[in-house]
Amino acid sequence: MADTILVVAEQREGKLNRVSFETIAAAQAIARDTGWAVEVALPGAGIGAQAQELAGKAATHVYALEGEALQAYTSDAYVAALKAFIQQKQPRLVLFPHTYQVRDFAPRLALALDRTLISDATGYKYEGGKLLFTRQMFQGKFAADVSFGGDAPWMATIQIGAFRGDQAAPGQTPVETVAAAGGDGAPRVTPHEVFQEAKQMVDLSQAETIVAVGRGIREQKNMPLVENLATALGGEIGASRPICDNGWLPLERQIGSSGQTVAPRLYIGLGVSGAIQHIVGMKGARTIVAINKDPEAPIFEIADVAVVGDLFQVVPALTEEIKKAKSS
Amino acid sequence: MKILVCIKQVPQKDAPLRLNEQGTWIRDDVSWETNEPDAYALEEALRQKEKHGGEVTALTAGPARAAQVLREALAKGADRAIHLEDDRFAQLDAGNTARAMAAAIAGENFDLIVTGLQSDDFGAAQTGVLLAEILGIPHATIIIGIEKAENGLKLKRELEAGHYQYIEMPMPAVLTIQSGINKLRYATLIGIKQAKTKPMRKVAWAEIEGKLSPHMQKIEKLYVPGSQKQTKKIEGPAAQAAKELVEYLKNEARAL
Repeated sequence: MADTILVVAEQREGKLNRVSFETIAAAQAIARDTGWAVEVALPGAGIGAQAQELAGKAATHVYALEGEALQAYTSDAYVAALKAFIQQKQPRLVLFPHTYQVRDFAPRLALALDRTLISDATGYKYEGGKLLFTRQMFQGKFAADVSFGGDAPWMATIQIGAFRGDQAAPGQTPVETVAAAGGDGAPRVTPHEVFQEAKQMVDLSQAETIVAVGRGIREQKNMPLVENLATALGGEIGASRPICDNGWLPLERQIGSSGQTVAPRLYIGLGVSGAIQHIVGMKGARTIVAINKDPEAPIFEIADVAVVGDLFQVVPALTEEIKKAKSS
Repeated sequence: MKILVCIKQVPQKDAPLRLNEQGTWIRDDVSWETNEPDAYALEEALRQKEKHGGEVTALTAGPARAAQVLREALAKGADRAIHLEDDRFAQLDAGNTARAMAAAIAGENFDLIVTGLQSDDFGAAQTGVLLAEILGIPHATIIIGIEKAENGLKLKRELEAGHYQYIEMPMPAVLTIQSGINKLRYATLIGIKQAKTKPMRKVAWAEIEGKLSPHMQKIEKLYVPGSQKQTKKIEGPAAQAAKELVEYLKNEARAL
């Protein structure tokens, strides 16, 4: 067993996923507390340039894990390559960014190694030689400190936005190319091209003001409340996932992990409870106002202003006040 | 197609949750409902059966109260149900939940297993993927479209930030289903009546226990997370709250 933390970075079609740097920042923080060394592995094919980019962060090694089978992502090829690599390197801890790709293969990889994976960690604690990861539960209503029961290597995924990628310590790390091990046969899943649906018409990432609506709006016929407030503010309308699933707003207005990431000057959430999947898309807003009747709504944890009240009464009153303020 | 849908019972979305005395789990005296992504998985299973024939089996693991999610599934059109019935099933980690389910369906040979992409309580997003590993069959996650192809399935996967991908895979397979893949149906009165006569197989803890592994992760402590910001709280009558908020936005946040 080596005293190392292995970060498994992510790229798709030759483009490094920026959350790889957040995971490196998490590993560096844990390394400061534990004294373990940070190593980075990047699986893919023809990824020398991306490995060089990772080498700009402080670590002891960057491994470019190269294999033809890793050209287009499949869980079978990724599990085979990383299983062999981890068995060879024997790191104490393996960290992944909590991306859709990682969600697809990392649980299976952990089980193939007869280990476990703590998923979607927002932080860690290192107490008396014991490493705990903190994760949200019950849609963010509670946090849990979770420990590993079995032997290392321990494995965890780090929530997007939990650590600052731009604060990862810089360095000049040597890059080593390693030939990835193949699987027993051809991958069972055949992937096709990644694509976007019709070009997105709405770019919420540039909006200065966003009024976001969540499940608390209850019915489609209540949507004009939201529109009126957005109009009064001169802002765009966004939504949490259930609103778009219901077809009350087009998918392109969805904010969160599967939708857009926004950073307006002002975000007002109406009846948005604050599930993690939405929060990761909007917590960079400068001022966050949340209006919710539930005083324990998780969104209040990241809000600058928490309005605890019935949105059906507060929003019309707010719309009138804003009109007054704008005209004066 | 012989389809299995794995469903979890979770606390109702708006239910106020309280911690138990040890601070390790929630108190059980809340209202419960079907985990929303699992409801979409059930709907998708029923639609596939309606298109291609076959049968739909619904499975859950949890205490006696969890039978409610199976009764709902039967009322909506599932043909039979499997209930791993014991309080202890609700406390398993994702790996052992998958082992328990695999043991309960041994010999069934389902063509397709579907479940929600994650649960509203743990939110680990792992059980479906782990079930595939234990069964030794392929899987795909975050699926928002299923078509039966000549030699298996053609699937649409959701990726991040508005990207998608088509993939093909053979059956048997496990798929984790994204919310919004379809429109959920309601149970009909006739469906509710018929559900009472449909078979429900109970699986006891003793039948499964030997198939489980030691737990590899443990919740040491569950707690209400602290606020990450200095949050200004506004309460009281709507008109007053609106005035106070606009004052703040104008003068302190300078966001108007």
